[in-house]
Amino acid sequence: MDAVATAEVRLIGRTRRGAAVLLGLAALLLLAVAISLCMGKYPLRPGELARWLLQSTTGHGALADARMRLLHDLLVEVRLPRIVAACLVGAALAVAGAGFQAMFVNPLVSPSLLGVLAGASFGAALGIVACRTWPEVQVATLLGGLLAVALTVGIAAAYRVGGTLVLVLAGIVVSTFFNALVWLVKYLADPQNQLPAIVYWLMGNMALADRTAVTRAALPILLGVGTLMAMGRQLDALSMGDEEARALGLNVRAVRAVVIAAATLVSALTVVLAGVVGWVGLVVPHATRMVVGPGHRLLLPACALVGAVYVLAMDDLSRLAFAFEIPIGIVTALLGIPFFLAVLGNARKGWSG
Amino acid sequence: MTGVALEEVWFSYGRREVLRGLSLRTTPGGVVAFLGPNGSGKSTLLKLVLGLHTPSRGTVRLDGEDVRRIPRRALARRLAYVPQLHREAFAYTVAEVVLMGRMPHAGAVSGYGAADRRAVAEALSALGIGHLAARPYTQVSGGERQLTLIARALAQGARTLVMDEPTNGLDYGNQVRLLERVGELARQGVAFLFSSHHPDHALAAADRVILLAQGRVVGDGPPAVAITAASLSALYGVDVRMVTVQEGVEVCVPGLRLRDGPGAAAPPARGAGV
Repeated sequence: MDAVATAEVRLIGRTRRGAAVLLGLAALLLLAVAISLCMGKYPLRPGELARWLLQSTTGHGALADARMRLLHDLLVEVRLPRIVAACLVGAALAVAGAGFQAMFVNPLVSPSLLGVLAGASFGAALGIVACRTWPEVQVATLLGGLLAVALTVGIAAAYRVGGTLVLVLAGIVVSTFFNALVWLVKYLADPQNQLPAIVYWLMGNMALADRTAVTRAALPILLGVGTLMAMGRQLDALSMGDEEARALGLNVRAVRAVVIAAATLVSALTVVLAGVVGWVGLVVPHATRMVVGPGHRLLLPACALVGAVYVLAMDDLSRLAFAFEIPIGIVTALLGIPFFLAVLGNARKGWSG
Repeated sequence: MTGVALEEVWFSYGRREVLRGLSLRTTPGGVVAFLGPNGSGKSTLLKLVLGLHTPSRGTVRLDGEDVRRIPRRALARRLAYVPQLHREAFAYTVAEVVLMGRMPHAGAVSGYGAADRRAVAEALSALGIGHLAARPYTQVSGGERQLTLIARALAQGARTLVMDEPTNGLDYGNQVRLLERVGELARQGVAFLFSSHHPDHALAAADRVILLAQGRVVGDGPPAVAITAASLSALYGVDVRMVTVQEGVEVCVPGLRLRDGPGAAAPPARGAGV
């Protein structure tokens, strides 16, 4: 049974290597968070960040009280919410993208496939025109995203044809419909204040991610991302196609429903936090798959970490690269496209054998 | 009441009727081959057995139980599906594909464990593809991919393997090697139901051959009884002859008349030596 033993060792070796990769990525994320905390209009030296951290956790240190208060305001009140928001948005979009790619057996689909981003955009645009407070706009955004996907699923169900093709087509129809509604709202919006606000918001923006919004969105995003991460085995099977997955003992309808629900929730919440940040759900799973392989038990947690690092780095770039801040959606698109073209050769290899 | 039984099964895709009151019963163990022209219902029949389709009328039973009543996970532990050769979207390693066969055994929370890894390793070893464990499934040969899918079916712990045209898309050498593996596994007690476009594969590997035409059983028996020049000619609508290559080993050949020549002009008599 030497061959058996060898094969077993290989499987275990793969698991250990996976754990090492995740630890490495987690360390990278911590490093990125530390660097991002130091960078800004008021730069800090890493030493000062370390001293502040030490003094605020142990209570001992040489920093004066006034300095400590200033650092607390800067780091905890101003920079940290935005950093956490960037990490949540990145993790959510990357994991939702990877989940959809497995479910639709296609490495080129993105989380927006079923219309969630179009619907959330419409919710946000309508909210900016009709609501008085920002939290109301955020609720409208979330509801818009959920409504759009519910519509997609409803249309697909009405056709009584199994499989994902009708779902994809319904998603295209619903996305087009909600994009048209966004245009309508823009056309009717007050061109002095509302229209610029809508345009600016839909380009993706981390600047409005305040502490309250981040705190409220964090738990559902983490729950959704966690749900998807726990379904690695099921997504592996699902990515072999519906019939094979069913023959492997999977309840395909139930798994698909959970994946759509979780991916929709977290994707809609990214729009609530940061507007429309494109390309992350496509680029990050691709890049991650090249490093850790396609097995979803490892790919999904790795995607969450890589996505967090990626969007955090993009946000740093968007706020620091120029004298003025540029919307992050523009940065992720401009940098995402060449990156995507670069990995496309590799993606094709994975797709067509 | 063991084995697979179809009782007066009807099935249609939309308005197109594929199976029309088909009944058959298999005994456990052994290799059953389904032959029939395109559209005769071979694949549909196998999918009904796997519970992937539901009959519009009639019942499909596994060991006496209605397949629809068996929970999916439990069914997957008894029946495994070896699909037609296909290209995959994602480059899983051979070991990862075989590990998917452990889906119906994995714990809801704990996931795969040592027993699952062991089963994967044994399945790889049983098919002689342990050395491919770490290779991407998308980059091994078609024959190796088909062996990987059979290994996955074995890892699933099922006693019966349902294979839809397992030799489809394989080169000649790999077709022969695959049939040899099927024969070896059958001797070890694995049962097979497979569909094929090659009567010779049924002759070589099966204990029982079922001929399907237009959604009905038109022939059933041991290979030597079910596969005759007359039955194949009627089944496929072309001239087919049987040739004995050695004592007890027959092959079928088409009576092609593509050009005038001595070979085409002289029809070989049935049973003539070659």
